Amino acid sequence: MSKPLLGIVLGAILGAFDGLTAWFTPAVRDQLGGIVVGSTIKGIIAGVAIGFFAKKFHSLPIGILFGVLVGAFLAWLVALMQGGYYLQIILPGALVGLIVGFATQKYGRTPATAN
Amino acid sequence: MRWLSDDKLNHLRAVVNDPDFSATKYTIVSELARGGMGTVYLAEDRELDRRVAVKVLNTPDVSDDLKNRMVREAQIIARLEHPGIVPVHDAGTLPDGRVFYAMKLVVGSRLDEYAAGASLRDRLRKFQAVCDAVAFAHAHGVIHRDLKPQNIMIGSFGEVLVLDWGVAKIIQPQIGADKTQIESAFYQRQSAAENTLDGTVIGTRDYMSPEQARGEIDQLDARSDVYALGAVLAFLLRDQSKINKPEKAICLKALSEAKENRYSGAAELSADIGRFLDAEPVSAYRESIFERAGRWVSKNRFVVLLVLAYLLMRIFFIFTTRP
Repeated sequence: MSKPLLGIVLGAILGAFDGLTAWFTPAVRDQLGGIVVGSTIKGIIAGVAIGFFAKKFHSLPIGILFGVLVGAFLAWLVALMQGGYYLQIILPGALVGLIVGFATQKYGRTPATAN
Repeated sequence: MRWLSDDKLNHLRAVVNDPDFSATKYTIVSELARGGMGTVYLAEDRELDRRVAVKVLNTPDVSDDLKNRMVREAQIIARLEHPGIVPVHDAGTLPDGRVFYAMKLVVGSRLDEYAAGASLRDRLRKFQAVCDAVAFAHAHGVIHRDLKPQNIMIGSFGEVLVLDWGVAKIIQPQIGADKTQIESAFYQRQSAAENTLDGTVIGTRDYMSPEQARGEIDQLDARSDVYALGAVLAFLLRDQSKINKPEKAICLKALSEAKENRYSGAAELSADIGRFLDAEPVSAYRESIFERAGRWVSKNRFVVLLVLAYLLMRIFFIFTTRP
């Protein structure tokens, strides 16, 4: 799987899973559908950015760092809209970014370049 | 009349059988190894100003059979152009009739010496390189027949070289389709020159296949070398306190009593070693679903740890943010 595609798939899966965990918070359970959709879109955006970054830069540490930053930044925007729960949203978001950053660098396929 | 001292007499005794290289471009420096058929010397190539290894027949008064065998050995190695097989530079005959050939001087250690200080992973990587060199020979219709750690060198750059093709045998080449007429003629000539009698036992006891030990010369093929490679692998694994199941299965498959149960050639064995090193399933061992999961987890340890960390964090926040 190419790096951008792997980033999108992983971002979407982890984003959806991240959104589903809102079910454990009774106060927001009735908004679960919207949370899952929003979280999935956030994951896809992060996945696209991290995937294309991985395609351009072949470095595991830099890829991981970029993933963490993108994941944390997008989660910060969500927390900003929520008006609270900064730590509870940003920390898992950064970790998801880290996972996608690592996976795209390590498992994403780099297309062969023609000389 | 002057009497010679004992020292001088001993020196004369020692050099009287030394080959006379004065008519060649080589100067003998020292003896490297002595075998039943020939002796390998460290020599100086005066024309190219480099050191080489020169193998010479032990004594001048030998039968044509031994001479032909030596020439055959040089021709076989010369045809096997592979990074894992020592290249032959030159061949010829000395004034006293002894046949010799010059080859690349390999500086390094023997596999058995190297293995003593190497990690299991390094040993297996080197073993895989041995298999690749032998697979190349098999593909060109040659079986080694005397594979053992003492005949494998690890060069100073970490390169692996399979030595001593003195008892190699020509079999039907596997390259078949792209074989040229010249190559066909070569193999036919070499096969005809191969005159080891059925019942003759050639090789090293600890590393030879059952069919080789029984002297069934006509039964030998690439799988006989696979058995020897299995014995080399067993040697490399001998000091492991715990050999895991796929490793053991690879070894046992290569060492099967019946050659039908072995790998079909060194290439297949090399592929399985490669799969094992890459933490992929090996053909010699059918793993359970738990073993497969365990292998996947161990191969992707970092991702598994990250996902676990994520889940733990989620669980922590779920319980700590509950009203």
